[in-house]
Amino acid sequence: MEKNFLQSSIKDSLFTGLIALALFGPIIGLRTVAQNEILVVQPKWLLVIFIVAICAVGRFLINLYTFNRDQKAGHQSSIGKSIGNFLDTKGTQIAISAIIFSIIFPFLPFTDRYLMDIGIMMLTYIMLGWGLNIVIGLAGLLDLGYVAFYAVGAYSYALFAIHFGWSFWICLPIAGIFAAMFGVLLGFPVLRLRGDYLAIVTLAFGEMIRILLLNWYELTKGPDGLTGIPRPSFFGLPFKSFPEEGEQTFHTFFGLEYSPMQRIIFLYYLILVLALITNLFTIKIRRLPIGRAWEALREDEIACKSLGVNPRNTKLTAFAIGAMFGGFAGSFFATRQAFISPESFTFIESAIIVAIVVLGGMGSQTGVVLSTIFLIGLIEVFRDFESYRMIAFGGAMVLIMIFRPRGILATRKPTITLEKKKG
Amino acid sequence: MDLAYFLQQLINGVTLGSVYGLIAIGYTMVYGIIGMINFAHGDIFMVGAFVALISFILFALTSIALPVVLLLTLLIAMVFTACYGWTVEKLAYKPLRKSFRLAPLISALGMSIVLQNYVQAAQGARIKTLQPVIQGGFTFMEETGFTVSLSYLQVFIVLVTIFLMAIFTLLITRTALGRAQRACEQDRTMTALMGINVDRTISITFIIGSSLASVAGMMFVMYYGVIDFYIGFLAGIKAFTAAVLGGIGSIPGAMLGGLLIGLIEVFWSGYISIEYKDIAAFTVLVVVLIFFPTGFLGKPDIEKV
Repeated sequence: MEKNFLQSSIKDSLFTGLIALALFGPIIGLRTVAQNEILVVQPKWLLVIFIVAICAVGRFLINLYTFNRDQKAGHQSSIGKSIGNFLDTKGTQIAISAIIFSIIFPFLPFTDRYLMDIGIMMLTYIMLGWGLNIVIGLAGLLDLGYVAFYAVGAYSYALFAIHFGWSFWICLPIAGIFAAMFGVLLGFPVLRLRGDYLAIVTLAFGEMIRILLLNWYELTKGPDGLTGIPRPSFFGLPFKSFPEEGEQTFHTFFGLEYSPMQRIIFLYYLILVLALITNLFTIKIRRLPIGRAWEALREDEIACKSLGVNPRNTKLTAFAIGAMFGGFAGSFFATRQAFISPESFTFIESAIIVAIVVLGGMGSQTGVVLSTIFLIGLIEVFRDFESYRMIAFGGAMVLIMIFRPRGILATRKPTITLEKKKG
Repeated sequence: MDLAYFLQQLINGVTLGSVYGLIAIGYTMVYGIIGMINFAHGDIFMVGAFVALISFILFALTSIALPVVLLLTLLIAMVFTACYGWTVEKLAYKPLRKSFRLAPLISALGMSIVLQNYVQAAQGARIKTLQPVIQGGFTFMEETGFTVSLSYLQVFIVLVTIFLMAIFTLLITRTALGRAQRACEQDRTMTALMGINVDRTISITFIIGSSLASVAGMMFVMYYGVIDFYIGFLAGIKAFTAAVLGGIGSIPGAMLGGLLIGLIEVFWSGYISIEYKDIAAFTVLVVVLIFFPTGFLGKPDIEKV
């Protein structure tokens, strides 16, 4: 038995090595480089041998480990479950302390410009995740083109602000309405589609918007992007170091020294408030009839129809409201960057937002926060390794799906339950 | 002139359609057997194009005759790319077979990101240019003022596509393997009870799909002469559109759909606007899904309670 096992596991690891050689041999081992405009091949065999050896030995060790381990059938890691239970019992306290932490975050002693930028980025993704959670988590419609609404919001804010000089607070609702209209526009043709088909059509829709932005040069300046987007002001008080004659700015009005951090802190609070509004809205609407209809539709469309829920209106409102929050986040993005181009709205952005929602546990608001911190943190940690960080990101998506297919927070309490009759 | 222009577009469209058709078969077979969209399939196609590129560069150093080089590259690309398809299935899809509906799709999305960035890291982000492998061709209708050209390369692409499609159609309809595959499509549990190794059948499906995609990749790199790590995304979506157009799950449908998408794209850029040629394919996708959700040759999918 023992010898037989050893033999077969050696065979197995040799096979793994062979496959690894076939996988990495040509692509890693033979790097193509242009020399005098002609491609030549640069061999890198040492690296390949190293990787193949790691694969083979790793496989062997895994075999040994699984053989020696006691077979505990059905024993699964319960980390997610215990986190879920913990959040269930202490949910309100944790939420309050997380909000307090994010409020005092800009004034903590270790907070610098870099951390503030990451904080703003994470909050933007949390907001997008919460917005998309309405579509995916509540209504169960897998939308792979969410970035289109983000782009619509950003471009409509930028265009209105540049051409008409309207302020951020006027443009914000307009951008939301525009994005919601695009949501309905996308929603109509895909009403009858289910699951995978819906995913592909929404993806195609996202790409269509991007191609349109890229080619409609008169309106969007195409690949050059829009520059000089006005910065937001603090209730009419701009953030400027040198105010014009007779102009009140933020620091002169409050009698402060000018510092560029003031604007960043303002942006931070702006996105924090926007994100919290999104969250509050979702929590409230889940208890309203429309929110319950979304969740019912996600569970069973046919049952919903037979109970008189109108699937068309229900789906369209989900698309529209989800898109609206995407549009809000888009306007924030435009005003923060002061420059937008179609480059910022590629499919990978949609993939990141979908990953945040699904990996967090669909429908779970806390899950979105946890997975944003995890995924955006992962991307930041690997910041200096441009393409390796996306490999790590994609790998994390696969691994989480394998080990926790329902997401990090899989235990989601139903919004409404039938109470047991007493007696 | 008009007729000549039209003929030229037709020739280009059929060539492009062959490439899309070969990729679409992979989508349609995988969808038929395990009911998931293999999102990473476009990237498998990209890996195939890279393997073919490397193989062409290496053979250029030797003095082997051109037909042998083509045959060897075809085989090399198919074998190495099939390994990718097999591994992706084993790592990312097999553990999720009993999971909920969206899990394999997300996992495939992750795998697609991994493959793209892996090739970018290993081969560099810059575009790769290949010297033309097959040169020359026929020209006709010179007297009309617009010369129609049909290159040997286009003839080669179409012939190889027809040949491979014929072989794989025979494989699916006439052999025990094909019967096993069709049985798995209908009912996996019952198939397993009949003594068919379902895991093995699914693996072979991925191997066939990936090797056909690698042939498409080889055609792509020969036809366009430039590739980068990102080509799999657009080609993948268009090939998926082709599979949906023809009726997903149907292999003749995938070929038909590929041909149609190729023709639509070429005629759109020839007669309407070249900037919006990608929008043409997407519009077709949306329109087809609204009016013929089952495609041209697909089976209707009835939802039961």
